[in-house]
Order: sequence, then C-alpha cells, then structure tokens
Amino acid sequence: MNYIEFLLWVRGPAFQIAIAVLVFGISFRLLEILLLGRSPEYAAPRGSAVWGGFRTLLTRTLSEESIFRRAPLVIIAGYVFHLGLFIVILLLVPHILVFKDLLGFSWSGLPTPLIDAIAVITLLALFILLINRIKHPVLRFLSTSADYFAWVITFLPLLTGYMAYHHMVNPYPFILGLHILSVEILMIFFPFTKLMHAFTLVIARWYNGANAGHKGVQA
Amino acid sequence: MSVATFERGYNAFKEQIDAPIASFFSSCVRCGICAEACLFFTETGDPKYTPIYKLEPLRKVWEQEYTLLGKFKALFGLTSKLTDAELAEWKELVYNGCTLCGRCSMVCPVGNDLVYMIRRAREGMVAAGHAPEGLINASKRAITTGSPMGIKLPALQAQINHVEKDTGLKIPVDEVGAEYLVLLSSMEIINFPEYLEAIAKIMQQVGKTWTIASAAFEATNSGIQIGAADIAKELVNRVVTAAEKLQVKTVISPECGHAYTAIRWEGPNLIGRPFTFEVKHILEVLDEFREQGQLKTLGFESARLTFHDPCQLVRRGGVVEQPRHLLKMVASNFVEMSDHGKMNWCCGGGGGHSAIEEAHEIRTQVFQRKKNQLEELQVEKLVTACANCRIVMEEGLESYEMQLPIVGLTEMLAKHLATSNENN
Repeated sequence: MNYIEFLLWVRGPAFQIAIAVLVFGISFRLLEILLLGRSPEYAAPRGSAVWGGFRTLLTRTLSEESIFRRAPLVIIAGYVFHLGLFIVILLLVPHILVFKDLLGFSWSGLPTPLIDAIAVITLLALFILLINRIKHPVLRFLSTSADYFAWVITFLPLLTGYMAYHHMVNPYPFILGLHILSVEILMIFFPFTKLMHAFTLVIARWYNGANAGHKGVQA
Repeated sequence: MSVATFERGYNAFKEQIDAPIASFFSSCVRCGICAEACLFFTETGDPKYTPIYKLEPLRKVWEQEYTLLGKFKALFGLTSKLTDAELAEWKELVYNGCTLCGRCSMVCPVGNDLVYMIRRAREGMVAAGHAPEGLINASKRAITTGSPMGIKLPALQAQINHVEKDTGLKIPVDEVGAEYLVLLSSMEIINFPEYLEAIAKIMQQVGKTWTIASAAFEATNSGIQIGAADIAKELVNRVVTAAEKLQVKTVISPECGHAYTAIRWEGPNLIGRPFTFEVKHILEVLDEFREQGQLKTLGFESARLTFHDPCQLVRRGGVVEQPRHLLKMVASNFVEMSDHGKMNWCCGGGGGHSAIEEAHEIRTQVFQRKKNQLEELQVEKLVTACANCRIVMEEGLESYEMQLPIVGLTEMLAKHLATSNENN
C-alpha cells in the first residue's frame, strides 16, 4: 500500500467503518443507560422537575464561584480546550466540506490562520491538563489508564492536523492520511470511553436538575 | 435487617442502579472538581475522600452488570470482580467520610448527582454487612423502641408534663381531627425541650389545632441514614398510619434535616404511594403563619448572629428563604456566612455521622470549615434549625474552645412572641 492508497483507504472504507461504529456505539450506549429506567416519584412536588432539568442542563456549564477559586486551572484550561475543539472541528473550511458531504448542508468557516492559532492554544491547554493530571494529588489518585488513553486519542487528531497543515511530514498524503486515521480512532473509541460524556452529560445534568427541581432547589 | 452477606450486598447494589446512576458513571471525566466541594477532602487533603471515589464499588457493579463493554472486560479478565474486602475498606469512605450533605452534587460539571448515588450505595453496604456499629444499633433501637436513641413514650410524657407545668398550656396527644401532627426528634426530647415549649406557645398564638401521636412521635429515620430501605419504610409507615388515623391535614417535620428528607421526599417513595396529607418542615409552617399575619413578634435580638443552613433543608430540601424571612422578624443584626443557602457547608455530623463513635476524630477535624466560617463573621450567636447540627456544632465549638451559644430558630421566635393579650 503506497501513500495514495493509504489516503484513499482512510478516506473511504475506514471512514465508513468509523462512522458506523460511532453512530451505532453512541445509540447503543444511550439505550443501555435509558432502558434502565427509574422508579416513580410519589412525593408531592414543590417545583417543576422538567424546568429544573433544563435549568441545570444550561447552568451547569458555568462553574460555582467558590469552586472556581479552588480549581481555576482545571476549569479555565477545560473551557479553553473544549471551545478550541468545537471551533477547530466545526469551523475549519476543509472540515466543513467533510460535513457537507455527510450531511448535505454546510456553513461558513473561520480564516484558516485563525483556526491554526486556536489549534495551538487547544494543544497547549490539553498539554497543561495532562501535566496537571499527573501532578495534582487528587487527579493522579483518580486517574486510570483509560483517562490517559482518552487524552491521547483526543490529542492526536489535533497534533496530526496541525502537522499536516504545516506540511511538517512528507509526503503530504501520508500525514493527511494519518490525521484522518487518528480521527477515526477517536470516533471508534468515543462511545466506549469517557468521551461519551459529550452526550451523556445531557442526561446526567437533566436527572440532577430534575431531582433538585422537584424539591424546589436550583441545582 | 436480614442476615447480611456479600451476595445480598452485591444484589442490593445491582437493584439500586437505575438510568440516572448509569448516566452519572458514563459521564464522569475524572476532573476532580467534586473533591473541592467535599469538606472531608478540603479539611484533610486526602484524595481518597473525593466523592466519586467513594462510589467505586457501585461503579464496578454498574460496569460489569449493566454495560456490554464491562461484560467483555470481565470475560477477558481485564477488570477485577467486586470483593467483600473492598466493601470492608470502603465502609470508612461511604460512612465516616460522607455526611450526605450533597455539596458535590451541586458542582459536578457533567451534572452527576453524587449524593443520590452514595445514599443508594449505602443500601448495598448495609446488605453486605459493612455499615458502622453505631448506625446499626440506632436503627435496631428505632425499630424496637420507636426511637434511635431509645426514647420511649414515658420519657416524652415526662417532658410533656414538664412543659405543661411551665407554660400552663395543654400539649395535645392523639387528638383526632387536629390540623397539624407535630413530630419530634429524639435529640429534641432529650436535649432541647425548648422546642416543644415553643411549638405550644406559637400554636396558641396563631390559634391552630395540633397534636402529638403517641404511636409515632419520632421523626428521625435511621433507616435513611444507614441505607436500609426496609427499616426506613417501616419508620415512615408508623407516621403515615398515625397521621391518617388522626386525620391531620399536615405533618410537621421538626428542627432536623434528615427527618425532613426522610418523610417529605423519600417517604412517599418508600411506601409506594402519595401521602393523603401534606408534609412541611416547621420553618415552612412558621413562614406561612408569618405570611398570613398570624405570627406576631415583639422586639429584636440585638446580638450579631448568623444562620447555619442544615444541608437537608437547603440543598436537599428546598427550604432556603423561609428561615431568612423569619430571622428578619426577630433579629436586627443578622449576617450571612461566606457560603450560605444552598452552598452552605455541613456541620460535619449529617447522614448519621454523629452516631458513629469511631468517626469522632475526623468529625472534629472537618468542623474546622464551620469554625473558619464562624470566625470570619465574628458573631455572638449561631441560629440553626436542626437539633443534630446543633449538637454536632456544640461539640465542635467545645473541641476548639470557642464560646458561642447556639439556638434553634423556632425557640428564638417563641421567645419574641407578642403575648396573646397584646395580640387581641
């Protein structure tokens, strides 16, 4: 397999497999959670569970002030890398073309040099979070190999994308192929790692907010 | 409680896992933020007190029983099965290292309701025989004598006689058709008779009918604290039966945090049907009296004072504004703690913690948080609405040689009641 064949394979069959695993995996995991159900609630409500659920879904995006003061680094670097990922994934013009192929519609992107700078900041934020995970007593204690694995498969697509854009590895089809492959690895493992939180946090926040809302507490 | 075995414990863990718990474990990214909300971590600096870590046994059961990936992992020997030794080790974290205060549930970025899980994990711990002695004994006493502290009806009767003599007011017992059924906590019967006296005076002023039920005067529910739904249900049933027999409109939960959670929020779910009466915390009832202009007070406390929010009333109960409205009626120099209301710090003795003797040392250690909050304010008096918080804080203050009187809010209001003559 030469570089061109490799690129064609990752853009073709491998991409199809990755999409299939991602979509089926996410659906399966969500069903695995939701089908467990929960017991009925008989206590007379003080407030609305539904409203509480939606409320927490939104408000939990912001940090409680006293908690922010205790853990500013995790929270700031956390925001930076999440926002950075969203921007790079959704607003880089070549990515939008991929989405257009898949979804049939598109949107306008940001200038590539700007995305480039954001990618660097995102890589830095992720790197800082990795160092923090290794150094911070609580994070070091809590972390398992799965946490480091999730970090690696999130970091690699950004790194290879950056290297491809700057032609840091030759030939170009090879590094582009590696970039696409790293994304496919991310897609395949996404449903089976903590990355799944991107979807399940909607359910988690909703249940938490609904539990609190029912009691008239703003969680 | 039936005979505890590891197998029963394992099955109890399995039974407790529902969609919320599965969504919580699926969402955890190990960010460590929950540790920053937990006074057992902030005051000891020991990472083992990180709330999500306390749930490791429950997480293992969830992963291996309810996820395909976990089943695969188990098949290929990539994960270890939960063991009895592990549960024995986690007993200290789940009980001595947690007061069910629920602060962690308020801060988790992905929205995990951690205390919901710990409450449920305790069901597994009890069934496996890994609950603390102090709590097991309290639960046994609650079932056999009616009270976790072993207080029987004659003790209450003696207090009733005493209060009747002091106030000249009648304390109604088993009065059918009264509007309110008043529950008490053991702690109040033994240590704080002022509460019953206050209720009698206030009810007299507002002109409401009320009663105590001889068959169900105890509000404390040890079953909830230890995590034994069968015991919790039995204790709730006693109150429900009495309330229905006496045909009361409202059951009043006393100045106790967990008693309120037990009867108001968990109660109907434990017996599997809605109540035919309302359940209110005494502060809710008093605030209604205030709103309707029935509660009339005279004079103000001039001392600089603050209010300690019991966790089960604010974060887990939704009673936040009522104590503030009531305090404004009788306190001219009321100040708030740095974290108050739904983000207040626990006294360190909730969730049955105060009944665990061997946890006394860590309870004193984590009390530093409350001590710092109080020192920041330089107050002369501390008001609260939970007899358990009150005892725990009294002990804490004593350990740190701090002089600060603590009073119950109901009792403070009763002291400022405009007498019925002036009222008319």
